[in-house]
Amino acid sequence: MKPASVLIIGSGPIVIGQAAEFDYAGTQACKAVREEGVRSILVNSNPATIMTDLDVADAIYVEPLTVPVIERIIARERPEALLPTLGGQTGLNLAVALHNAGVLEKYNVRLLGTPLEAIRRAEDRELFRDMLAKLGEPVLESEICHTLAECEAAAQKIGLPVVIRPAYTLGGTGGGMAFTWEQLRATAQSGLAASPITQVLVEKNLLGWKEVEYEVMRDGNGTCITICNMENLDPMGVHTGDSIVVAPSQTLSDKDYQMLRSSALRIIAELGIEGGCNVQFSLAPRKDVRDWTGDTGKPLPYHVIEVNPRVSRSSALASKATGYPIARVAAKIACGRTLDDIPNAVTEKTTAAFEPALDYCVVKIPRWPFDKFALGDRSLGTQMKATGEVMAIDRSFEAALNKAVRSLEVGGRSLLWERHEWGKPDWFGHGDRATLRARLGATDERLWAVMSCLRRGSTAMELAEATAIDPWFLERLQNIVSMEKRLLNEPLHPDLLREAKRLGFSDEMIGQLADRLPEQIRTARHDWAIKPVYKMVDTCAAEFDAATPYFYSTYEIENEALPTPGAAAVVIGSGPIRIGQGIEFDYASVHAAWALHNAGLRSIMVNSNPETVSTDFDTSDRLYFEPLDEEAIRDIIENEQGGEAEPPPSIVQFGGQTAINVAEPLRRAGLPIIGSSAEVIDTAEDRRLFERFLQELGIPQPPGAAIFTLEDALKTARNIGYPVLVRPSYVLGGRAMEVVQNANEMVGFLALATEAAQGKPVLIDKFLEGREVEVDAICDGEEVLIPGIMEHIERAGVHSGDSMAVYPPMHLDAEEKETLRDYTERIVLGLGAIGLTNIQYVVLPRIDGEGPRIFVLEVNPRASRTVPFLSKVTGVPMVQLAVGAMLGRKLRESAFPSGLWPERNLVAIKAPVFSMSKLVGVDTYLGPEMKSTGEVMGIDRTFEGALAKALLSSDIALSPNAAILLSISDRTKADALPLIHKLATAGYSMYATEGTSAMIRALGLPVTAVTKVLSGDHPNVVDVIQDGTVQCVINTPEGRLTGSLRDGFHIRRAAAEHRIPCFTSIDTARAAIGALGIATEFEVATLREYLDA
Amino acid sequence: MPDALLVLADGSQFEGRSVGVPGRTDGEVVFNTSMTGYEEMLTDPSYAGQLLVLTYPMIGNYGIDPAVEESGRIQPAGLIVREAAAFASHQRSTGTLAAFLQARGVVAIDGVDTRAITRRIRQHGVMLGTITTGETAADALARVRSLPGYDGVNWVKTVTTTEAYDWEAPGATRMSVALVDGGVKRNIMRSLASRRCAVRVFPSAVTAAELLASQPDGIVLSPGPGDPRLLEAMVGETRKLIGKAPILGICLGHQLAAQALGAGTFKLPFGHRGGNHPVKDLVTGKVTITAQNHGYAVDADGLDAAAYVSHLNLNDRTVEGIAMRNEPLMTIQYHSEACPGPLDNAGIFDRFVDMMAAVHGGVS
Repeated sequence: MKPASVLIIGSGPIVIGQAAEFDYAGTQACKAVREEGVRSILVNSNPATIMTDLDVADAIYVEPLTVPVIERIIARERPEALLPTLGGQTGLNLAVALHNAGVLEKYNVRLLGTPLEAIRRAEDRELFRDMLAKLGEPVLESEICHTLAECEAAAQKIGLPVVIRPAYTLGGTGGGMAFTWEQLRATAQSGLAASPITQVLVEKNLLGWKEVEYEVMRDGNGTCITICNMENLDPMGVHTGDSIVVAPSQTLSDKDYQMLRSSALRIIAELGIEGGCNVQFSLAPRKDVRDWTGDTGKPLPYHVIEVNPRVSRSSALASKATGYPIARVAAKIACGRTLDDIPNAVTEKTTAAFEPALDYCVVKIPRWPFDKFALGDRSLGTQMKATGEVMAIDRSFEAALNKAVRSLEVGGRSLLWERHEWGKPDWFGHGDRATLRARLGATDERLWAVMSCLRRGSTAMELAEATAIDPWFLERLQNIVSMEKRLLNEPLHPDLLREAKRLGFSDEMIGQLADRLPEQIRTARHDWAIKPVYKMVDTCAAEFDAATPYFYSTYEIENEALPTPGAAAVVIGSGPIRIGQGIEFDYASVHAAWALHNAGLRSIMVNSNPETVSTDFDTSDRLYFEPLDEEAIRDIIENEQGGEAEPPPSIVQFGGQTAINVAEPLRRAGLPIIGSSAEVIDTAEDRRLFERFLQELGIPQPPGAAIFTLEDALKTARNIGYPVLVRPSYVLGGRAMEVVQNANEMVGFLALATEAAQGKPVLIDKFLEGREVEVDAICDGEEVLIPGIMEHIERAGVHSGDSMAVYPPMHLDAEEKETLRDYTERIVLGLGAIGLTNIQYVVLPRIDGEGPRIFVLEVNPRASRTVPFLSKVTGVPMVQLAVGAMLGRKLRESAFPSGLWPERNLVAIKAPVFSMSKLVGVDTYLGPEMKSTGEVMGIDRTFEGALAKALLSSDIALSPNAAILLSISDRTKADALPLIHKLATAGYSMYATEGTSAMIRALGLPVTAVTKVLSGDHPNVVDVIQDGTVQCVINTPEGRLTGSLRDGFHIRRAAAEHRIPCFTSIDTARAAIGALGIATEFEVATLREYLDA
Repeated sequence: MPDALLVLADGSQFEGRSVGVPGRTDGEVVFNTSMTGYEEMLTDPSYAGQLLVLTYPMIGNYGIDPAVEESGRIQPAGLIVREAAAFASHQRSTGTLAAFLQARGVVAIDGVDTRAITRRIRQHGVMLGTITTGETAADALARVRSLPGYDGVNWVKTVTTTEAYDWEAPGATRMSVALVDGGVKRNIMRSLASRRCAVRVFPSAVTAAELLASQPDGIVLSPGPGDPRLLEAMVGETRKLIGKAPILGICLGHQLAAQALGAGTFKLPFGHRGGNHPVKDLVTGKVTITAQNHGYAVDADGLDAAAYVSHLNLNDRTVEGIAMRNEPLMTIQYHSEACPGPLDNAGIFDRFVDMMAAVHGGVS
């Protein structure tokens, strides 16, 4: 029955295990609900989402996702129904919590999509097993445990190795595999800690079995359909979010396929879900790969591993892989529609009641953060580590895989990349199976390692035994290796080149193997008429005439993406979600496409990320699902140009560094860019050019230089004086960026920075410890609009993406703001930047009688990650104005004239969110290198209210009367004194390391000293965290590569793993402590209400 | 000259690689959008006289398993794929697709843009074509243009059993079923046998009298290839069966029964071949996903008032089933036996068994 109004819960900040896919899902759902004439009310704490845009839902709440806050929203909106299945696990958990708190009953709110009982049966392991038994589905040998002792007993019974799966967690957090008793105890403990109900499943280990997923849907009539099945290249043992996945399955016979499909449909029917659901299976592998007991004459044995009774990461992938809009259809079903009366948005002729047929192969590869966290544990297991993913489509597995690898954007590595040590003669064990197996353990680099083995003569079967990857995949990799050898050995001729392209080899790879430049390969391709064609993703394998403008490239005969008449522009997207380049850039890309469309141009989107709104086929006028490299983009532009004289221009300023990186290749190829030109970008990035530019304007910048060698680095640092900030140029998200205190540290760090710079210089600047502020500006070539100034809570030295940013600024006086406006205008106009520019400044304390002391830290002539936040809190449609400016429209003709836009009567704080508990071995301290995966926003009338919400949403709010562990560096002890007093007054009991406790005692305050020596007396710092004595940590590190950083590492990791707040910046801690006790006083209101006040 | 050529009657040609035996083979070019089940499709008699395009681009990934064959031979006249997998991987695989095609003497081509071919057929309708090796495109086209039409051939005759036989039942049976083989797939017999039915399979030329003489509890009219309008004799015999015994018509069997009840049939522009067609049961309102393989459909105009349309295809609203109000007769245009395709409609066989039980008082 159709509700009059529905509350939709978003998934909150981007964290590992819950990424941009839920923006895609929520946005589709809000649109679909509105189409049904149902009033949509959305709550999400993540401002970087399209779904929280003012016009996506009828009422938008950017508020903390907690039961009390949602109850307040329900009380003021009185929605008839709640739709919790589109906000990931967060949405589902909140629905359960709201029910348990009696809120749904109190306000008579009906749950849509998935019944509560179904959530319980899918998530509670005991009920889940009961359900499978009832359906006659195979049940995996397992025990549900609530204590360590129970876990040990269960493992005794089942026998090692076992898998430990915590109940009700995201992305398998806290779980893992145990091969030894020691591992069992450790994993059981972390699993129990991770589960909100302190429950884990100890399960027989199906290591090496195939892992297959089905995305299924059901409507209120009981009609059940499958949208897509997917096969993991990595067998059981690797979290599906960390697996390379293909769609559809490749090694399943029709009998296998239908057996699992029927099982999935029985499960969704039994659960009574009205919407989407994901079922994961393990299927017996070939016996020559991993032996299992059982009758081979019977259907292959399988197990139901997991059911997600909601839209999931996999359903986003399935949607993009098939073109079937799962979230949209799920939302319509929730509003009471049935599959057979929902029109198929793709064909516009048939209905949603059908199963997509694919006539291509899809490959997804996860994007892991180990390029940023070189010291992190790279092994893959049951706990997901990837921050994002890429997808590629082609007509063969080889080609789709090659394109997916190109899309990853990890240091430009193709499938040819090898780690240096793999070339050592006995690295892979010379036929020693145990060595090979160990070397080919699941890591983010396994695919490349396997390729390396194939190049060195290993057979597919040997590798199948070592990895349990199905030999089919390995033989396909062997096809790629065979082509590599042909390209190395044979003269390049048209047939060979065409075959290589059909296997997905990039011009660059071919050039590398055939000893040519990529451009020469491109020329040869043109001479020999070897060009990609574009095929449509139409859900039906061409059976029906489809209307989707969704294309992928392939080397075949017929081109379906014929150029259409009229002006067009290409939006270069931002690729996979990674630390430093998050969903904010997808937000900007989506708005760019919309702005182009609204301006009467055809918007052409290029992107490789299946999780995003930008890759929804109805976001742009045409979508190319392609790698974001020079070759793919030039091919697309040529295709779009058709026979016209002028190629369509590209927009590179919304897709983060990914898009900026193609500016120069496009310029070289003579292809037009609208917005800031490649030269402008170069001036801003090139240290020497930029220094001269600022000098000419008379705008100060911290002294520094661009260097290539250690010698120059040391010389520069000596001249300007330590501390200095060291960072590679042309890199986003502060990768390999560090504050260096002395020459010793410089020696240690420079190599890393040089490597990250990839041949470009490393920048060394005087580190000025002041207040960091950030400005976004829009320029039409004549005038500059500054929507707002943001002030960071953490002082300079913490990456802007990891800082809490406050709008409007709290500590700037009128003269400083005026100076910022003046500098910004002059810089932007002086550069000739068109569209968006982001500038970061450091503001030093004023000296009596002197003017403001403001220095420019960085200028980025592109959209920054603050664009969605600032657009939302100022009401300025920043991307739309920027696109207008690129198309020649003048700001003065818009409703937003130039100058500093008046501050709104609200306070908004953007706070970073980290995924540190999932990344073993990664240090969590805040520094110049970005580490956060997502962001939340706290918005209110007052600073205190906004701060309380930001802390609550980013899960670092302090609970009152708790115990806190302090370990304060000498450098920050003076700053910490007022905090310590405040903590004592607020009734906190304090634990502290040796030096810090001495300081606290000297203040005459009670404190318990705890040793930081892990090998000595107990309790030590890690003990008090692990046993729950303390619920919060303040630990300020001394500096990189010093003793204090190493000591602190254990404290910070322990805090991360036990999910308690850990403040490594005294500024963040001050903010959190300042917000104590005001948590209940904040307002709850819609974004519109805040803006209109 | 390329290794192999596909030439269509409209003059279009596609160069590829021969993956079966060398030679020439002609037929009506049709496409199937199923992503799995190539071996079942290759052994489905309803493809007689046709060149089968598989729209999924990588075919043969899981090899060949003799246990899943739906008849004793490769039925389509030829196979057209984007890529015949050189390497097969499956617990049960006994060899590659190409080896299978070669062993059975089938001409096949790979390396062609199957999506382009499919789009051509979707836009212009099914057409004749040839897969050929060692022949110029011009010669091949001239030959294709002189071929007799597919619709004029009685294909059923070419695939039906020559002698009646009993399908081996696994244990004690409770019902006996007479099956008219117009090109039956083995899983129809398997499905009946697993429901404890003894199945006797008759050649398509069997008369109603002969069938009834075997005193079956029910009669199954099987699927099969070709234009049902050519099968007047079978329609006539079917007419005599109605009311005499419970009848289940599947695919061609549905078309025969519909004609026997006064309805017409017509050729679809490019047929329904795949595993993803939604069919609505108009009695229960339920939608299920079905396996389909037919080039002709029933036109319900003229259907006897005693019968009604029971199932509808949601893609193009064509008739997917009929039933009679007061007689135990039900027909479906789709394939409840799946193989390949979704197993959602196996319940049709249960309904048929129930129908027989209701009439004959058989013991469940």
